[in-house]
Amino acid sequence: MPGPQAVEDSKVTSVPAHRAAPLLRTSGGEVPDRIFKSALTACGLAVLGVLVLIVYELVSGSALSWHAFGFKFFGGSDWDPVNVLFGALPFIFGTLVSSLLALLIAVPLSVGVAVFTTEMCPKPLRGPLSFFVELLAAIPSVIYGLWAMFVLIPLLSGYVEPFLAKTLGWTRMFEGPPLGVGILAAGIILAIMIIPIISSITREVLMVVPQNQREGVLALGATRWEMIRVGVLRNARAGILGGIILGLGRALGETIAVTMVIGNTPQIAKSLFAPGYTMASVLANEFSEATGDVYLSALVEIGLALFLVTIIVNALAQLLVWTVTRGQPARGHA
Amino acid sequence: MPEPNGRSSVPGVPPISWRRRVTDHVMTGVAVLTVVLVLVPLVAIFGYLIYRGVGSINWAFLTQTPKPVGELGGGMANAIVGSALILGVASLIGVPFGVGAGIYLAEFGRNRFGAAIRFTADVLNGVPSIVIGIVAWAILVRGRGFSALAGGVALAIMMVPTITRTTEEMLLLVPQALREAAYGLGIPRWRTTLSITLRTATSGVITGIMLAFARIAGETAPLLFTTLGNQFWNLHLNQPTAALPLQIYTYANSPYDDWHRQAWAGAFVLIILIVSSVAAVRYAVRRGTFGAA
Repeated sequence: MPGPQAVEDSKVTSVPAHRAAPLLRTSGGEVPDRIFKSALTACGLAVLGVLVLIVYELVSGSALSWHAFGFKFFGGSDWDPVNVLFGALPFIFGTLVSSLLALLIAVPLSVGVAVFTTEMCPKPLRGPLSFFVELLAAIPSVIYGLWAMFVLIPLLSGYVEPFLAKTLGWTRMFEGPPLGVGILAAGIILAIMIIPIISSITREVLMVVPQNQREGVLALGATRWEMIRVGVLRNARAGILGGIILGLGRALGETIAVTMVIGNTPQIAKSLFAPGYTMASVLANEFSEATGDVYLSALVEIGLALFLVTIIVNALAQLLVWTVTRGQPARGHA
Repeated sequence: MPEPNGRSSVPGVPPISWRRRVTDHVMTGVAVLTVVLVLVPLVAIFGYLIYRGVGSINWAFLTQTPKPVGELGGGMANAIVGSALILGVASLIGVPFGVGAGIYLAEFGRNRFGAAIRFTADVLNGVPSIVIGIVAWAILVRGRGFSALAGGVALAIMMVPTITRTTEEMLLLVPQALREAAYGLGIPRWRTTLSITLRTATSGVITGIMLAFARIAGETAPLLFTTLGNQFWNLHLNQPTAALPLQIYTYANSPYDDWHRQAWAGAFVLIILIVSSVAAVRYAVRRGTFGAA
């Protein structure tokens, strides 16, 4: 007979361990337990502390530049260490254009791969295919840069850029000498680097779409593509957007590979063939050689701006992915 | 999944139109094309890396230090050892903090403080590595000089969020009943967590650590103004130290053919280091060497 005793019992078993523990604690466990918990709490605090430290160092380091230039820092396009005149616009421009170009190339490819692996490909091929795509994420940035310098750039300057100039030169986005190094090369290498991120998140989000959603659309007489478009992609769009923004966050902060191919020239050019410069690359090239407090401070301010932008972008992405996979044990598949 | 075909098997239902069927096939073709387009750079990068790497690597590369500019030969032995030193420092700092914070989140973290740590870890994961380099420079290099320690700390900061989040996820997969059984036997909390919960999740936790390790092993940006690089042997933590990714970066940007050759050899060694460390641990974990899986 289920009396009050039984109810009490079921309550005890459903209590989480950390609440149940004090009741069951035996003698001799108390002091070590307290030490254990404080040690773990200290580790947690360290994580918070690191972020506070990052913010503090960036803000205090950029104070000098902020006082000297204010908001004009982000609107000015002069970068003149000799005359102590600093404006970050060319770097912001280079970062934005190269990252957006990367998205333009990477998004259709990543979504296509994710759709193929979850909806079309034979089951035994699924694992190996996603493994190979994610292998791209294991290649270090410097190796991407090395490959781009010796393979991609000769390819671009010898074949791709002359071809683009001939066919699409009238758009004025593809004109000028085909140097190879430049915004276009940076965009392509960034695209290859962010494909594994976007495609793995898209795959995860597509797999969360309930199976009966697919079956329902098919039962209405849809072809497979119509099923994917109406039943799958439309349901998953918020999550896919989250994956895209996460890829954007990675592209904005990517340093070494971009520095090796973008040409490192602080200018705002219309053509994608022209060399440029990004916020991350200027830090990589000039930080250790910066002479003068204002110069250094200006570079730290670029770092602060980069930090804030990537945090906002990442938080937005997390939120979007979270709204889709909520309730599911969201796991990044390694 | 039922394969849609043009004919309708249900009487009275019109067949799927020609246009819709063609669209379906075209879109399937487009999806296959995207897969091919993504696999092409993968194959191209690995293929060229192996081709140039095998052709460039030799005994001198693995055992000698760099020769002065203009002299042929020499190697990156000091950079390989330097990388091992820096990665060792990073792991010694990053792994305990990461695993500790992960255990905290899984076992005590169902509160506001836990949520704050979780969010912070996710934010830290997205911080560009070059920014972490600036912060490590500001704390450890400014006024003291470049050092292996500063590079190790920068890389440790990058390891922590990944390890924290995977450790938490792995520990949460351990059934609650296992913990309760341990408490029922009178085993104290700390002992239960370390010997039962953590031990059960060992393979997952180690996989997380290896993912973090693989991520930082090839990092160049945070080392640029922390460890700086060095042409000579160095095993002191407070001195500028050579690192493999840094050396590859420097040599790739140089105008000398022999240095380009060595950059490829270095890249080959680096990718082998990363892939083999991950593969070895995966294999060991699967074999159960690290305890219950």
